[in-house]
Amino acid sequence: MTTFEDPAVPSEPPRVAPWNNPSVRAWVYQVVVMGLVLALAVYLINNTLTNLSERSIRTGFGFLDREAGFRMGESIIPIEPSNSYGRAILAGFLNTLKVAILGIILCTVVGVVIGIARLSRNWLVQKLATVYVETLRNIPILLQLFFWYAIITGTFPNSQEAWKPLPGVFISKSGILHAVPVADPAHLWIGIALLVGIIATVFYGRWVRRQQQETGRRPPLLGPALGLIVGLPFLVFLGFGAPLAWDLPVMGRFRFTGGQEITPEFLALWIGLGLYTAAFVAEVVRGGILAVDWGQTEAAGALGLRRGLVLRLVVLPQALRVIIPPTTNQYLNLTKNSSLAVAVGYPELTSVTDTTLNQTGQAVECIAIMMAIYLAISLSISGGMNLYNRAVQIPDRR
Amino acid sequence: MTTLVDPSAPTAAPRDNIGVVEWLRTRLFSSPGNTILTLATLVLLWFVLPPMANWFVLDAVWWAAPPEVCRAAEGACWAMIHEKHRLIIFGRYPYAEHWRPFVAMLVLIGLIGGSTNRRFWRRELAVAWAAGMVVMGVLMWGGVFGLTFVETALWGGLPLTLILTTVGIVVAFPLGIILALGRQSQMPIIRTLSVVYIELIRGVPLVSLLFMASFMFPLFMPSGVQISSLLRAQVAIILFAGAYLAEVVRGGLQAVPRGQVEAARSLGLGYWPTMWKIVLPQAIRMVIPGIVNSFISTFKDTSLVAIVSLTDLMLAARQAVGDPAWRAYGLEGYVFIGLIYLIFCYLMSRYSQRLEVQLYTGRQRL
Repeated sequence: MTTFEDPAVPSEPPRVAPWNNPSVRAWVYQVVVMGLVLALAVYLINNTLTNLSERSIRTGFGFLDREAGFRMGESIIPIEPSNSYGRAILAGFLNTLKVAILGIILCTVVGVVIGIARLSRNWLVQKLATVYVETLRNIPILLQLFFWYAIITGTFPNSQEAWKPLPGVFISKSGILHAVPVADPAHLWIGIALLVGIIATVFYGRWVRRQQQETGRRPPLLGPALGLIVGLPFLVFLGFGAPLAWDLPVMGRFRFTGGQEITPEFLALWIGLGLYTAAFVAEVVRGGILAVDWGQTEAAGALGLRRGLVLRLVVLPQALRVIIPPTTNQYLNLTKNSSLAVAVGYPELTSVTDTTLNQTGQAVECIAIMMAIYLAISLSISGGMNLYNRAVQIPDRR
Repeated sequence: MTTLVDPSAPTAAPRDNIGVVEWLRTRLFSSPGNTILTLATLVLLWFVLPPMANWFVLDAVWWAAPPEVCRAAEGACWAMIHEKHRLIIFGRYPYAEHWRPFVAMLVLIGLIGGSTNRRFWRRELAVAWAAGMVVMGVLMWGGVFGLTFVETALWGGLPLTLILTTVGIVVAFPLGIILALGRQSQMPIIRTLSVVYIELIRGVPLVSLLFMASFMFPLFMPSGVQISSLLRAQVAIILFAGAYLAEVVRGGLQAVPRGQVEAARSLGLGYWPTMWKIVLPQAIRMVIPGIVNSFISTFKDTSLVAIVSLTDLMLAARQAVGDPAWRAYGLEGYVFIGLIYLIFCYLMSRYSQRLEVQLYTGRQRL
């Protein structure tokens, strides 16, 4: 009788020489790669230290406390040349945030409008939107910044003959000057009233939704919301006796005094970044809307929803899922592209760090600070967007 | 008796062919809202187009003229372009030798143009590229065959922009493939290294990398070793494009069905043969449009080397309008190079869109 091997009895694993064992090999490869990377790092650091000591360049972050000595064109926080490098870099970082946030708002508004216009049934509107997208996204952003800067400083009138589109607003080569309300203690309370109004609206909105789900009737939302957000602060404003004094820009002998200034550098950067990124956002929006199956619209119509509700309740929530991840990328690109401000002279992070680098010669530290801050901005924007993305994702599709 | 539709009777023409009036009605005035939109757009155009036409064409100075003539004219001063076009296109390259970058540029454009034709996607294409690169190197540098030597510091203008882009993408491509494979790898250390590299580079602006290249690379080198600013910027562009290409290639790798890898492994192929012969050919084929888009981005991004003082098309134009006599006509210079960038990028993006359609045929989403 022949004996068969019993398949149920586990046979011994095949004997493999260690150099043929995949997991051993994997570790060997990894150790080798890690070793190479470390060797390269040690080599570069060693060279750098040698070079630094040869050129007698200081190391360390002590320079951050030293006096910067350069003047910044504009800043959100008060800054003087006698302030430290650290404060200058902080002011630059805040300027980056300012242009990034305002740019994101501009590119979203323009991008959504152009994206929808690209899908318009109106031939003229659709073609114009196409021309916009194809032109702006195919020209380097740096060139567009130079272009806007040249338009503002080259074709706008001198401050003496500034355009006055509105009372208290002056547009000229040196930017936009506009009136600002004089600070008043009432402003704090108006701000608080606005905040209260917004929070109350959120709660009221939730109540409206619950009512609708329970009773099938939808209480009015828009009127009360407007009343809370606009009316409440306005009542507070009136309650304080309507304190409204304007700090008007006044033309002196050579230049304006008073008012708030928007510099041409900021304006060029903001318009340039906003309009350039809007072309990409428009394509994302168009793609997102096209990605929603036409059947969804038809089904919603068959259920008796009005056109506006079809868009708001059926198409947009589905389109947003497609739109959000690539839009985040565009926001990130805009923030990173704000580093091109160095070319038009807007004092943001890159430009301030570059000046610091040139004055102190401490390239390694300066570039490390710059990269670390950009990395932190990028990671926090993409992190925040990931959270939001998870919130709007269809729950049962995981 | 029932009457049947007579098939030989003429039917109404399709709507598109009905005529101008019908065309206008359906496309511009189909509803009251649409009509208002059309009229509003026309009013906007009425305010924007005539001044633009005046500036660009009607009031412009078209031919060679001294700056004084331009000052008298209302519109654009194209005479500036006429005067400065060689400086804008070739930068500071010696004037008498301009034919060399011109021929090099033609060779490069020919190679790129040839590579867009799918009939030429064969091994010979790589040979042609290698030969083309050698020819371009000889033309640009010189120093042999009786050509005078021109150092890289003098290279400039459009040829420099094209060289930075092409060399950048060609060298970044293998880097991108290795990083993409590393990111998909089972080995934790290799995967971590790849992820850190890709996210680090993608998280910072190119300008900061260019600053790093121009200020820190000299410190990295052993003392006494100099590297030219062209090479430094080129390395920064390669490192940058590599991270972005890695993500493009990863998209392709993820789209190759797992069964392909399993089938290859069960045939006894090791890791590299599996990747090289089975996975990558399919993955890369799928992401060719993405690679073309990376090429376009890199082409636009090379304009940033102007910030670290490399005389590419952008800085050459800036230098041309820096001439005191022509200083007032910066806008014309920007429009001119804007058109050059626009034409190149637009053609490439149309090509990428067409390719996407062609390559997609017959493949189902899996």
